[in-house]
Amino acid sequence: MKIRLSFRLNGNPIELETDAERRVVDLLREDFGFTGTKEACGSGECGACTILVEGESRLACLMRVGQLEGRSVLTIEGLSDGKHLHPVQQAFVEAGAVQCGFCTPGLILGTIDLLRRNPRPDREEIREGLSGNLCRCTGFQKIVDAVEKVVSSPAEGSDPCPVG
Amino acid sequence: MPESLEALWPALEEPDTMVYAGGTDVLVRLRSGSGQPQQLICLERLRELQGIEDHGDRVLIKAGTSHARILDDPIIQTRLPVLARAVKSLGSPPIRNMGTIGGNICSASPAGDTLPPLYVLQAEVALRSRTADRRLPIGDFIKGPGQTAIRPDEILTGIWIPKNPEFNRQHYEKVGQRKALAISIVSLAALIELTPAGMIEDIRLAWGSVGPTVVTAPEVEAVLRGRPLRLEVLKEAAEATRRAVSPIDDIRATADYRREVAGNLLYRLSLRVETSPEILPR
Repeated sequence: MKIRLSFRLNGNPIELETDAERRVVDLLREDFGFTGTKEACGSGECGACTILVEGESRLACLMRVGQLEGRSVLTIEGLSDGKHLHPVQQAFVEAGAVQCGFCTPGLILGTIDLLRRNPRPDREEIREGLSGNLCRCTGFQKIVDAVEKVVSSPAEGSDPCPVG
Repeated sequence: MPESLEALWPALEEPDTMVYAGGTDVLVRLRSGSGQPQQLICLERLRELQGIEDHGDRVLIKAGTSHARILDDPIIQTRLPVLARAVKSLGSPPIRNMGTIGGNICSASPAGDTLPPLYVLQAEVALRSRTADRRLPIGDFIKGPGQTAIRPDEILTGIWIPKNPEFNRQHYEKVGQRKALAISIVSLAALIELTPAGMIEDIRLAWGSVGPTVVTAPEVEAVLRGRPLRLEVLKEAAEATRRAVSPIDDIRATADYRREVAGNLLYRLSLRVETSPEILPR
């Protein structure tokens, strides 16, 4: 069944017609080329497909396209202004929290949701906040370090928790 | 994707229709090949299914309320900590943003994290069809793994929970393979009325993942009632628990391990409850 959709994607208004049965992860990757939204487990266990919908982290592999109607969506591609990295991205780079990079978009968007709920999490709260994201090569220590870096020296000027 | 119940009823009358809310369970099951219904209706936009209401002696959690909203709610945190702790152990932050309490109940998994607390709290589910409303105790609603008493023309609209259970301690613990995203191997919810001298005046217990549905065991509660909350008493109750549960072997654990843990979780009552300064307000 075809449906018409209108929503905001990384700040831009989108209107399109597509199959209602499609998943959000496929729409983002295939129709928009936003391959930062990764698919790994396909069942909500790894967090690689994390996106922000109205600022809340959601799993694009477990959403049908109709669920985007009227909403604001942010993917990793919409996070920086194209010139400067978002402070969370910058902190991941500086802390060495990126190795192969496959899980990184999900972890960064998960971090933004965590900081929206709790702007000053301690290390335990960071671990809990990112518990839905699996990384199999960087190791979680540096990822926690990166988030701690953002918390201890918040950058001025950029929106710490953009909605999209 | 209907936005009101009025718009839902005609869609529900179509043949081969299935409803879902958060999708964290249903979409995984459909993808793993358990058939595709002709029509899949998403309930997440139904205004009537959103929110938590304080009705004096009871709390109504509407079925489409996400686990994240439940965790953030001050009434749930202060009056129903047994439920808050269970929801905190459910899935992961994005799963809790998406999944709903109504979905967790209707999935009717023996491992459903919200179910043991809802059993000990003696919650009632509210069901609605185009023409009628009815309520059922949670234990009568859930019939078996994935089986409920819901009719094809009905949806679950909410869950009524007594806000002031006559118990001053609430406890929940889950054993899983990892901290996040783990389906429980065994879980235990407990309500206890403990006297200042440490006597168990009354107790309600419910275990998850050790039978086809949540297991309650009046014989275990009887062992504990009227006796001090001490390790030797709990040991006796743990033995009774191991006789009461009927776990299975699966990829997560063996039946023997589950039986052992179901009993062991009772020991923790002595650690977690006796030393806890927390006494719930009446």
